[in-house]
Amino acid sequence: MSHTTQVPHRRPVPRKSGAAPTAPPPQRRRPSSQQWAAWAFLAPVTLYLALFYAYPLYRNIDLSLRNYTVRSFVQGDAPFTGLENYRIVFDDPTFAPALLHTVVFTAVCLVFQYAIGLALAVFFNQHFRLSATLRALFLVPWLLPLIVSASTWSWMLNSDSGIVNAALHAVGIGPVNWLTSPSWSLTSVIIANIWIGVPFNLVVLYSGLQSIPTSLYEAAALDGASAWQRFWRVTFPLLRPVSAITLLLGLVYTLKVFDIIWIMTKGGPAESSTTFATWSYQLGFGNLLPAFGPGAAVGNLLVVAALVFGLVYVRVQRKQALS
Amino acid sequence: MNSSSRQRRLTAAALTALAVAISATACSSGSGSADAKGADSGTYTIWDPYPQFDKSSAWAKLLDKCGTEAGVKIKRTAFDTSDLSNKALLAAQQDNSADLLIVDNPVVSTLAEAGVLTTTDDNKLDTSKVDPNLLAAGQSGGKTYGTPIGANTLALYYNKDVLKEAKVDIASIKDWPTLTAALDKVKEAGKKGITFSAIGTEEGSFQFLPWFWGSGAQLTELDSAEAASALSLWKDWLDKGYAPNSVINNTQTTSWQEFASGDYAFAENGTWQLAGAEKAGFDYGVLPIPGADGGSAAAPTGGEFVTLPVQSDTGRYATSQKLATCLTNTENLYETDTTLSYVAPTSEVQDKQVAANPELKPWVDAVKAAKGRTSDDLGTKYPKISEQLWKAVQSALSGSKSPKDALSAAQSAAGN
Repeated sequence: MSHTTQVPHRRPVPRKSGAAPTAPPPQRRRPSSQQWAAWAFLAPVTLYLALFYAYPLYRNIDLSLRNYTVRSFVQGDAPFTGLENYRIVFDDPTFAPALLHTVVFTAVCLVFQYAIGLALAVFFNQHFRLSATLRALFLVPWLLPLIVSASTWSWMLNSDSGIVNAALHAVGIGPVNWLTSPSWSLTSVIIANIWIGVPFNLVVLYSGLQSIPTSLYEAAALDGASAWQRFWRVTFPLLRPVSAITLLLGLVYTLKVFDIIWIMTKGGPAESSTTFATWSYQLGFGNLLPAFGPGAAVGNLLVVAALVFGLVYVRVQRKQALS
Repeated sequence: MNSSSRQRRLTAAALTALAVAISATACSSGSGSADAKGADSGTYTIWDPYPQFDKSSAWAKLLDKCGTEAGVKIKRTAFDTSDLSNKALLAAQQDNSADLLIVDNPVVSTLAEAGVLTTTDDNKLDTSKVDPNLLAAGQSGGKTYGTPIGANTLALYYNKDVLKEAKVDIASIKDWPTLTAALDKVKEAGKKGITFSAIGTEEGSFQFLPWFWGSGAQLTELDSAEAASALSLWKDWLDKGYAPNSVINNTQTTSWQEFASGDYAFAENGTWQLAGAEKAGFDYGVLPIPGADGGSAAAPTGGEFVTLPVQSDTGRYATSQKLATCLTNTENLYETDTTLSYVAPTSEVQDKQVAANPELKPWVDAVKAAKGRTSDDLGTKYPKISEQLWKAVQSALSGSKSPKDALSAAQSAAGN
């Protein structure tokens, strides 16, 4: 989003933290060489964090609180307008649909990616012949560059010459305007995104399954538990910590999905597949006259949303550790 | 064992140090080359949107030749068109603008609004020979901010074989009803009618404008009855199957690929596809886009402007002006516009182009009738209007709103 493209031209933060190691604390004696080493080891990562995370984030917040026009962007004298950009964004007729699409897109993708990923992980956990090969094949969507997979999806879903409509035609179903009808475009990008997200869930959940001791399954089998019961009573509860982190990471990845939607539908037609991520880009760069302020505001809303869920995760994690 | 592992660690450390050193020098040389001015005041930087031309191209050689004539060295950087306006804004923010900026015409007014460009009053660029309808795209508030290096516009390509098969006489197409009738005949004959690009970006507006203007509508009044009639024309074509539904997501390139398949009778596309048309392997013709009641519709002008960005060292303008004049003098314009497959912006060169290649005649006529998108003193209002216009086209064609409702929503959102 917009904060990633801001080139840091003034660097007040790093300079300060870069100077920190050379200033010894006054009340203590000369720090030992070990302490020096510790600072030296800390400096690169601090510098890195400040330069590539703190500063862009600060710039993005700053952008969202000022009234930037092309003129004031160049002159650098944009007036501070407080939360005006956020008010513009909230009042925009695009806001409600974009919010709804973001929620639906994220929720549906997460549920399906997780369910399919888990099913495949359990399936591959049985170590049949060629299971490793097959599992490797399932990773392909993950390895392909997004531009390739998204373009391929948009060819396949093309209304007139796409293979999907050709297949539907062969079984006697009329053509569907996958990408060009407002009622289907969101579904189409969701399908493509699920396909891309399954391998990640598969890999993480599969490694989670490996850590469940087989003796538990044997004991359950001896007690007469059916396969279904073994899954729900043994696998699922023991997989809970892995599931939680998978879902959280999936949520963060899905919230910010941009490339697939932009390549396949550009958020259209008629904003029917616009999410916050594409909207933010549209505002900042999708027009000859960029609206940096509102674009940054939408980007910040996304960051806040991801942060909230991150905090929820930490909270749940702590609770689990206590109980 | 122990010593070998230590040795390995040493090697690793040395390699790391080397890598750090290399990346550090790479960084510094990188930032040095990003500096548009450079330390050498005898070096002038030129940014253009023609990444397809490398060092050995005629374009790059022309730049060097003009540099030699002006007694300076040229440093050229080519950007992707969509990238260039943001890059130019960022460079201006850091007072690091190129000396010469060649930029897509609708962007000129935005950059002028940002205070990035000098006017022709300041830089003494001579624009007297340029066709006024082309120059208008670079004018805003009574001032001119550059000179066009070439122009292109849209017209209808047609496939002669398909039309023959459908028994359509191309001379019969004079206005919208006759064009629609021709499309109907083509469809009856089992072929496909027309393809264009109605994508949700500036490209979509660019392609819709000839029909919009051809109906008599004005960009300041998106919700007029004329505007609705233009959008209804497209919508009807989709509904009746004369145009494929995929136009909603078509870029001009994908739309051209559909036409190049040989199934389509018509395609709305630009001058820049001429080279591709030769390769398509069928007999094609070019027809100006008809207006609603006959005549040719005004199509929007495409093509770039040569502009001189503001410099803190005003002494550079004199040389920059020499470079710009060299690039746009009659002889060089002819060369450049032939390479770019553009129509020249001056009548003198246009005549020369038609004399050399009579097939360019319809294009020259179309360019003469064309209109800048930011003309009529719309300037920076145009991007806002255009965004609402392409949204309205998308809403109507995808069926989420009627053409009339879509356009009145667009008018109130554009707020003009």
